[in-house]
Amino acid sequence: MEPKPFINPYLAGVMLGVVLFTAFAVTHSGLGASGAVSRLQVAATSAVAQDYVDRVGYFAAIGGGDRSALDHSSVMMLLGTFAGGMVSSWRNRRLKVEVCHGPSISPRLRLPLALLGGIIMGYGARLARGCTSGNALSGGAVLSAGSWAFMFAVFAGAYMLAYFVRKLWN
Amino acid sequence: MLPLDIGPLGKALNYLVYFAIGLGFGVSLELAGFGNARKLAGQFYFKDMTVLKTMFTAILTACLLIFLTAALGYLDFSKIYVNQTYLWPGIVGGLVMGVGFVVGGYCPGTSIISAASLKLDGLMFFIGTTIGAGVFGGTVSSMQKFWNSSYTERLLLSDVFGWSLGGAVVAVTVLALVFFYGAEKAEEFARDTSKAPQWRPTNRRYMAAAGVAFGTAMVIWGLGQPTPEAKWARVGDQYQPLLDGRDVFIHPLEYVKTWNDATIKLVTLDLRSKEAFDAFHLDAARNVTFEGLADEKFAFELNQLPPQGVVILIADDEGEAVRAWKRLKVEGVTNLYILEHGLTEWKHTFEPAAHAAHHFDFAKPSAKVLEAFPKDAYTPKIKLKTARRAGGLCG
Repeated sequence: MEPKPFINPYLAGVMLGVVLFTAFAVTHSGLGASGAVSRLQVAATSAVAQDYVDRVGYFAAIGGGDRSALDHSSVMMLLGTFAGGMVSSWRNRRLKVEVCHGPSISPRLRLPLALLGGIIMGYGARLARGCTSGNALSGGAVLSAGSWAFMFAVFAGAYMLAYFVRKLWN
Repeated sequence: MLPLDIGPLGKALNYLVYFAIGLGFGVSLELAGFGNARKLAGQFYFKDMTVLKTMFTAILTACLLIFLTAALGYLDFSKIYVNQTYLWPGIVGGLVMGVGFVVGGYCPGTSIISAASLKLDGLMFFIGTTIGAGVFGGTVSSMQKFWNSSYTERLLLSDVFGWSLGGAVVAVTVLALVFFYGAEKAEEFARDTSKAPQWRPTNRRYMAAAGVAFGTAMVIWGLGQPTPEAKWARVGDQYQPLLDGRDVFIHPLEYVKTWNDATIKLVTLDLRSKEAFDAFHLDAARNVTFEGLADEKFAFELNQLPPQGVVILIADDEGEAVRAWKRLKVEGVTNLYILEHGLTEWKHTFEPAAHAAHHFDFAKPSAKVLEAFPKDAYTPKIKLKTARRAGGLCG
């Protein structure tokens, strides 16, 4: 069966905004994803090299010694996000093993590029102290000046490079 | 009064709440189509402006809800976590992320959705973000100075432009509406005419929605944010028992003990007249007027104190001290106390100890002076309480 169409972007935005407001009203802070990404990374590193995690201050603060990197509310939110994405894609017939790629590139090229983009993104998100959801979305809604500057920087970075990588998507 | 304090519910229920919020987050992103890299990347070629539309609608919706409930007195904005501003690390990190976005097709949150719907590129991207975060964590020590530069704890757009909060809400609303218009025009321009649009917008419906958003922003502006008196009327019941039970009035000996405690960051605010202050004041005290203390920026600074921060007020008249206490309390200042009887009893209290000691400075008694008094000379009142505002999930 054909996947169902996506919903109206403004309607999705209102839904997302209500979820974001609920997050603030119930937990004092907004939504986020990259904090949990860091925690997953530290947990994975801990499994193979706990002494390295203990030695590097940035990692030790998350998962040093007996501290469990995954025992954190942000990880619960990530699990919820994953579950929500899975249930929604299943209900809308979009739950399917596939590779999203532009018409001019092969899936075999798309996968390493996705990995590369992810590495750049992960690095930038830690440098900026937050990702598109945790910093731009949450900080934007509460009018944080830094979050607005950050948000425009993300769009600027992408638009500046978009022309040069147009083959990837068009 | 929002935000709720769910801490007392216990860890398991707290985690459940976060999981439930995540569910809502995940479903919203998936329904918008954020699990599909081609759709997301369409943003950067003006073909599919969903990212901009959905993101700004979400920001606008949450922003209007937050400041409307705050203006009506249902939400205490001072207790809401605002992302700290690290201007330059944020901008450089944002530019780097933009590059990652257009190369990889996702951001961290959307790659989770993509992976959840079994898209292999989303999974690869997500694995990449953990690697990138690891590379950053392993190398941040070499750029610590830059990473911690251009920092302001709670800098709002309204502070930057010198507007009221309501004015900033109106400006953000107008900006979002202009963006929506631009996004529709851009899509119209770049649209592949062979394909019909997924959802044909009836102009009237959009105009009505824009009108509601703008109207709400104007109402927020018109209402203004609540005055301290209005805030006290709402939350006073919660704090009045502390005053009635004299739980926030500390004995001079407790002041000396606190002052000599190296683990506590003490701020002493002396509300007496300048003449009285010049004649005698405690060594650590700062002379402030009630007007100075009532300034928004003042409470803002006190709210930046570490969890071990304690603020103690000194005034000649208890009524004045209580007035200042209430004023700072409604602005969310924690660990706030009043020196009982101000300085009127101060010298009297330490008179016997001063006689016994070889050298005694009334302005800064050392911890030694406490030995001259029996252990039960006073009832300790100070209990350090951490403000439940810390956090921010990206930290």
